[in-house]
Amino acid sequence: MAELIVYGIVLGSIISLGAIGLSLVYGILRFANFAHGDFLTAGAYVALFMVTGVLSWIGIPDNTFGSLSFGWRMVIAFPISMVVVGCVAIALDRILYRKLRQKGSGAVMLAMSSLGAAFIIRMIILIIWGADSLFYRPGLMRPALEVPLGIKIRPDQILILFVVLFLVVLLHLFLKKTKMGKAMRATADNMELALISGINTERIIIWTWGIGGALAAAGGILYGIDVQLHPYMGWNFLIPLFAATILGTIGNIYGALIGGLTIGIAQQVSTAFLLPTYKLAVAFIIMILILLIRPKGIFGKE
Amino acid sequence: MIILKAEDITVGYTEVDILHDVGIRVKSGEIVSIIGPNGAGKSTLLKTIFGILKPRNGSVTLKDEDITGLNPDKIARKGISYVPQVENVFPSMTIQENLEMGAFIRDDDYSQRIDEVYDLFTVLRERKKQKVGHLSGGQRQMVAMGRALMLDPQVLLLDEPSAGLAPVLVSDIFEKIMEINATGVAMIIVEQNAREALKMAHHGYVLAMGRNVLDDKGEALLANEEVGRLYLGG
Amino acid sequence: MEIGGIIAYLVSLAIMAGIYAVFCLGLNIQWGYTGLFNIGIAGFFCIGAYATALITTPKPTGMYAHYVQQIFGLNLPFIFGLLGAAIICGVIAFLIGIPTLKLGEDYLAIATLGIAETFRLIFNNEHWLANGPRGLMGLPQPLQGLVDPRHYNYIYLIVVVIIMVLIYLSIERAIRSPWGRVLRAVREDEVSAGMSGKDIFRFKMQSLVFGAMVMGIGGALYAHYTKAISPDVFTPLYGTFIIWVMLMAGGSGNNKGAILGAYVVWGIWIGAKFMTDFLPYTLKARAPYIRFLLVMILLEIILIYRPQGLLGEEKKVSKLIE
Ligand SMILES: Nc1ncnc2c1ncn2[C@@H]1O[C@H](COP(=O)(O)OP(=O)(O)O)[C@@H](O)[C@H]1O
Ligand SMILES: [Mg+2]
Repeated sequence: MAELIVYGIVLGSIISLGAIGLSLVYGILRFANFAHGDFLTAGAYVALFMVTGVLSWIGIPDNTFGSLSFGWRMVIAFPISMVVVGCVAIALDRILYRKLRQKGSGAVMLAMSSLGAAFIIRMIILIIWGADSLFYRPGLMRPALEVPLGIKIRPDQILILFVVLFLVVLLHLFLKKTKMGKAMRATADNMELALISGINTERIIIWTWGIGGALAAAGGILYGIDVQLHPYMGWNFLIPLFAATILGTIGNIYGALIGGLTIGIAQQVSTAFLLPTYKLAVAFIIMILILLIRPKGIFGKE
Repeated sequence: MIILKAEDITVGYTEVDILHDVGIRVKSGEIVSIIGPNGAGKSTLLKTIFGILKPRNGSVTLKDEDITGLNPDKIARKGISYVPQVENVFPSMTIQENLEMGAFIRDDDYSQRIDEVYDLFTVLRERKKQKVGHLSGGQRQMVAMGRALMLDPQVLLLDEPSAGLAPVLVSDIFEKIMEINATGVAMIIVEQNAREALKMAHHGYVLAMGRNVLDDKGEALLANEEVGRLYLGG
Repeated sequence: MEIGGIIAYLVSLAIMAGIYAVFCLGLNIQWGYTGLFNIGIAGFFCIGAYATALITTPKPTGMYAHYVQQIFGLNLPFIFGLLGAAIICGVIAFLIGIPTLKLGEDYLAIATLGIAETFRLIFNNEHWLANGPRGLMGLPQPLQGLVDPRHYNYIYLIVVVIIMVLIYLSIERAIRSPWGRVLRAVREDEVSAGMSGKDIFRFKMQSLVFGAMVMGIGGALYAHYTKAISPDVFTPLYGTFIIWVMLMAGGSGNNKGAILGAYVVWGIWIGAKFMTDFLPYTLKARAPYIRFLLVMILLEIILIYRPQGLLGEEKKVSKLIE
């Protein structure tokens, strides 16, 4: 059980990265971005493209760091993929969502459009890479370390936790200490007053998409390192992402962090009783329970 | 000298015009009060001056510069600040952060200005790390005004600053308004508390059904029998 | 292909489009007339199809029982399958509506999406329920013995069209009634002061359940057409989004538009299949993805440039009021 909880924290930290971005976007633009799961997928595959394509072509060595399953190529690919997916998210906003916003289309139209965008991203991945599962390092043995309480954990997983922690702290500092970060919180709080205060809200929206997309990409890559890559991986994260976001109160990024960890742990622990394929259903049931008991989430005011 | 002037303003939210040829003038250092029944278009006039609504006809002039139709951030840079009637703070941010947002477009060091605002609203200084959402209505109104003052405006637009406040607090707020005015800031104040608003005002305007009805010196309007009967509640 | 082959092909195309038209009509009740954002149509599709399969096939016995497991099999006629599918979908919709209809539109969307994915998982994993991933086969078809099986599709086309028309007429009637007028008022947030939140909830619930029942019938019609179903059919793409594209293309809030959209988009879909046949060999395996990519781009274009669809919304309500 302790082991499942630890795995749950690993999974949950990945969900958190996605949920934080989803919550940020929801807080500022007030619509459910159904393409967010596919940002995770896009991030994983862009990193794959870098690791197995570009970086091997320009001759970055392929050896791994100690007992980790990756090396310099991934270290370079990781931030590049975050930037690329951040740009993809911004581009979608410029091409699709902004047009709808300007026409005064409702939140549902925007959500619908994001669903379309989700499939567009996924179909492009399917066209390029096909429907099979892929690995960053196929055929690599990935031994687990034995830590106290009889928990087996792979070095990769420990690193995943540190990477997530690092990104969350970075985001926290950005939002609390920088002018742009504060303006972003202000816009989420009260868009009209932000405009009145002279904040360029269109620029804030761009930053929001960029950060949301980049964090999702990070989550996708980490999942790819931990498990595998699959064109539907992000779609399967979508329900857990929404469950985490709603649990942690929509628009609250710290809530999204806690929500993500909770959902991740619940999903992993459930595998002690249920088939692992039901993980998604577990997230769904938790979400329905939240909606029944406390629809505004743990930090919401009734 | 006339610092702010709106002339022949015609504007609406949809195709329907809400204001018809409305005009208003503010001399430098003056308090101008706008009174009138609910739905008269008072808030709409302030939003138009501040560039949130774009007028279909008419002009807004600040000193000698035509600022009609500029976006709010441009108008803020030119020296006008605006406190909306509702939702005029960032509730999940601290008092200090609310003031910083008021100075968003300033690139210089504004720490001295923050001090001045805290000197004006001393209760806020003690709680600068508190979230504004947790404050009382009166304190929130102070945060809202403080935010607007951060740009050191020449003209301050206040939309119903006393709305929803307990009577004791109302006089507090009006006192603060007088203090701000004493530093040389011209103001347009929209008020439901019409009598109080006219007492403070150098000049007053009565608006009804989206049109100018009357304008005169503050005390003259107070003395006007018809205004008393129709707008001051007898 | 000789002429008979072409006609047979067109008939099969018309049947599938007709079945999709039924889904579009169901979605139109929810979205077009009430503004309910259901993105889990595939769930009702799936439930409707499985419901009728279990109702109209016999429970396997003897040797067969080793190969095909199903929780029950009632061996009842087609019409009971349709009714059962409608009722079960209605009940499920009711249960989803309880936690979500009082909240914002997005919540219903996420919940219906979750239901669709969850049911697909259940049917895939629980072999005792309906034979797991292999699914159920041998569904009976109405009026089966009437003609040569090779020409049976003509009969089924007539069945589908009749059911589609009946559903069309009943929705038109409902929408023109005072009930329909309230629905649109609910959608436009133009709710009169006399309506409490409870009333609004009730109307939304009725619309959600009504639409889901129609979708259940659609699922049943599909199951009896293909005679075999398995969980992998009811994917978000084939089961939900193509239906959304159809309704948006035809014109939401317009039942004729819903039917037209189904036929036009299905036509484009099949046409695109012919086009992708010309792709070089290496890309052929990926052809379905290319087609879906094109359909989704079509959706985005419609959303931005022609959100009212081909026909746009009929202004019945205002006519009635005048
Ligand atoms: N956001 C809006 N959209 C459409 N109409 C509005 C909006 N805000 C106000 N109105 C209309 O404009 C008119 C004037 O409103 P307002 O300027 O708020 O009046 P006042 O501030 O004098 O009470 C009213 O009839 C009101 O219904
Ligand atoms: Mg007002």
